[in-house]
Amino acid sequence: MRIKKSIAISESGFMFNPITGESFTVNPIGFEIIQMINDGLESAQIIETICKKYQIDPQTFDKDLTDFTGMLDNHHLSQHHDQEEA
Amino acid sequence: MIRKKLNIAVTGLNAIDSPGPGVAVIRGLLEAKSFDTNIIGLAYESLEPGIYMHNLVSKTYQVPYPSAGVDNLLSRLEYIHHKEHLDVIIPNFDAELYSYIKIEDDLKAMGINVFLPTMTQLEERQKINLFDFGQKYGIRVPKSKAIFEISEIYDLQKEFEMPVVVKGKFYDAGVASNIDQVKSLYKKISNKWGLPIIIQEFISGTEFNITGLGDGKGNTIAAVPMRKQYITDKGKAWGGISIADQTMLDLTYHFVSSTKWRGGFELELMKDKNNEFNLLEINPRMPAWIYLAVGVGQNIPEALVQMALGDKVTPFTTYSIGKMFIRYAWDMIVDISEFQKISTTGEL
Repeated sequence: MRIKKSIAISESGFMFNPITGESFTVNPIGFEIIQMINDGLESAQIIETICKKYQIDPQTFDKDLTDFTGMLDNHHLSQHHDQEEA
Repeated sequence: MIRKKLNIAVTGLNAIDSPGPGVAVIRGLLEAKSFDTNIIGLAYESLEPGIYMHNLVSKTYQVPYPSAGVDNLLSRLEYIHHKEHLDVIIPNFDAELYSYIKIEDDLKAMGINVFLPTMTQLEERQKINLFDFGQKYGIRVPKSKAIFEISEIYDLQKEFEMPVVVKGKFYDAGVASNIDQVKSLYKKISNKWGLPIIIQEFISGTEFNITGLGDGKGNTIAAVPMRKQYITDKGKAWGGISIADQTMLDLTYHFVSSTKWRGGFELELMKDKNNEFNLLEINPRMPAWIYLAVGVGQNIPEALVQMALGDKVTPFTTYSIGKMFIRYAWDMIVDISEFQKISTTGEL
């Protein structure tokens, strides 16, 4: 998956969807994950990086990451590589 | 380059909680790049805040309500024109447009220009005709029905699922979840605005608006879509943000080209759970949030005046996305002598 090109993301974690006018904020870890998604990292690589950096249990973080990417999807902020940008 | 100075009369100075567009329109006119402006206010009530905004309005005249008839209006405008040499009038209330369209030729003969929809355009987008309008032009519009008698309410359950939206002919609306609530809203709204009352299918979703300007030949001169961010208890946008929704823009181009809309307008849209836009209302004039359009690079009031004067206007093609408007309330301190003057002489 990747974040849609049309979504504006600031370094403070503010996300703006110019198509719908919706805005969201993510915390610093969320912003870090979004950057990793945008850098093309797969879930396993994100889990490995975050767990190593913050010394957390991979099972717990795997669930958190699934929740987080589900929310990005729900709010139409992300898309899968095979999808056209809406 | 010397810019021409235009005397422009503007109505809708009621910058209140459910505001008229006048003050926002004036702000756009005062920022016009193609002309200088002297603003003449036209007010119905002596407490319309715009009357007292002397930094925006140089002089205000009271005008008769539309119910007084077009002859009274014309006679009052003749008097005002004699004093102020008006170049353009911009009426900003739905209810007064009928009168101004009727006297358009008389005004032209006096040298006063307007840029308004035709009577046919005004009629067919009326709330009572909107469902047929949607079918005619292939635009998704919630099912609606006009009712003229309270007894008709009892048959509504055969045609509509509750809740429904109960609307006045020109203004006011409420959501009713059962027949008793429909009756209560029917009485409240019809007492204030008369009949008919419009019953409309309730669509839940997110509210979006788009304002624009049509040249009367099918061309869209301006179009700015906005998402309401902060909505008052009267359903008015107190904050909003410009957005880049191509579907909304395409809907607007379709509306303007198929109706050959002439003048300013606002489309009120509801995006439902299937991401479809439903057209809830067409306002036949600029909205109270028109200054957002000016702020994002499309000075619609200025373009409307240029079109009223018969000048060639190049359509706007871009605007800034992600610009917000946030409305605020501001207490002015006004000497009673001013209130006395407008109340007794009808001029200030």
